[in-house]
Amino acid sequence: MYDAGKILTGLIIFLAIITVPFWYNALISGQADYRPEPKLVTAEKQCVAPTDYMTAAHMDFLNQWRDSVVRRGIRTYTTFTGKEIEMSLTNTCMNCHSNKSDFCDKCHTFVGVSPYCWDCHLEPQEVRNVSK
Amino acid sequence: MSVNRREFLRLAGSAAAFGCAINFPLRAIAGEDSLIVNPPQTSGPLTAARWAMVVDFRKCREVDNCRDCIEACHLTHNVPRFDNPKDEIKWIWKEKFEGAFPDLEHEHLVHEVLEKPVLVLCNHCDNPPCVGVCPTKATWRRKDGIVMMDWHRCIGCRYCVAACPYGSRSFNWRDPRPFIKELRPEFPTRSRGVVEKCTFCEERLAKGLLPACVEACKHKALHFGDLENPDSEVRRILSENFTIRRKAGLGTKPQIYYIV
Repeated sequence: MYDAGKILTGLIIFLAIITVPFWYNALISGQADYRPEPKLVTAEKQCVAPTDYMTAAHMDFLNQWRDSVVRRGIRTYTTFTGKEIEMSLTNTCMNCHSNKSDFCDKCHTFVGVSPYCWDCHLEPQEVRNVSK
Repeated sequence: MSVNRREFLRLAGSAAAFGCAINFPLRAIAGEDSLIVNPPQTSGPLTAARWAMVVDFRKCREVDNCRDCIEACHLTHNVPRFDNPKDEIKWIWKEKFEGAFPDLEHEHLVHEVLEKPVLVLCNHCDNPPCVGVCPTKATWRRKDGIVMMDWHRCIGCRYCVAACPYGSRSFNWRDPRPFIKELRPEFPTRSRGVVEKCTFCEERLAKGLLPACVEACKHKALHFGDLENPDSEVRRILSENFTIRRKAGLGTKPQIYYIV
C-alpha cells in the first residue's frame, strides 16, 4: 500500500470524529444510563393492565381498544383486576395520565417517536388551557 | 427441467387448493376475531335493527333560519368552520330544494317548498356507494345500518367523496383544529387528509343518548328510530305521512325520509 501511514492516520481520525457522539455520551455527559421517568399523577393504584405489560405494549393495547370501539362497537373493557371501564384514550387513559408532557412525551421524546394519537385525540388538560 | 402442460395444470391446481385450505386457519389466527375483548354491555346503549331518520320538512320550513341541529352536531363532533366554501366541512347542513331533490324540482312547485332550504345529512344508505369504493375499509355499513367511518384508517383518497351522490362527505384539506371554535375533548378532531361525515351519533347511541341533532331540535322536526320495529315512532310517522327520499332512483336506498 502506498502512503499507508497517511491513510491509516486519516482513517483513525475519521473514525474518532464520527464516533464523537458515543464517546461524548459515554464519558463526558454522564447520562449514559439515563432512563426517562414518566411522572404519575393519579391517585389510582393500578393501571388497566399490569404496569410491565403497559410499558412494553401500550401501543398494541391501544390499537386493540381502537379496533374494538370503532369497528366492533364494543366499548367496555374488564381490567385484569375485574373492573369495568370505558375504552377511551381521552376519557379513560388521560383521566389518570392527565400530564401528557410529563408522562407520554417523556419516553416518546427520548426514543424519538412521534405517535399521531394527538393529531386528533384531545388531551383534556390541553383543552382547558386553551379555553382559559 | 421440463414441465408439460398436464403437469403444470396439476401443479397449479394443487397449489390453489393448498392456498384455500390454509386460508381459513390463517384467518382464524390472524383475523380480527382473535382480539381479546369483552362482550358488549347490555344496559344503557340504544340499539336497533335498522336506524333511520324522518325529517319533517314542513316544521323546518316554518323556522327556516333555525340552525339548532347544525350547531349542536358541529359542536358535539368538533366540526371546524371554514370561511372558504372550498374547505367547508359539513355533517348536517341546509341545501336548496333543487339541490336536495333535483329529480322532483320544477318551476311551478309550491312556492315555499321551492324557496326554503332542506336539512340534509348522510343518508346512511342500505346500498352505500361510498363503502364499495373505499380501498381501505375505512368506511363500512354496520349491521344496524349506520354507515360508519374509521378515521384512523382513512388514507384520504376521496373516492367516497366522489361516489356519494349526496355530497355528504367532506375532506379535510387543511388542519381543522385551529378552525374549531370550541373544542370538546370527549370527541376527537380529525387531521388533515381525512374524510369525515355524519355517523348518526353512534358514540351517543352507545351511551343511550339520541343523536345530537334530534335532541337539539326544539320543533320536533327530527325523528330517529328503528325502522325494523313496527311499533317505533319512525314507522308510525312513515305510515301516516307521505314521505320522499333524496335521489332514491339511484338505487342507494337512502334512509333519511322527508315529509314534504
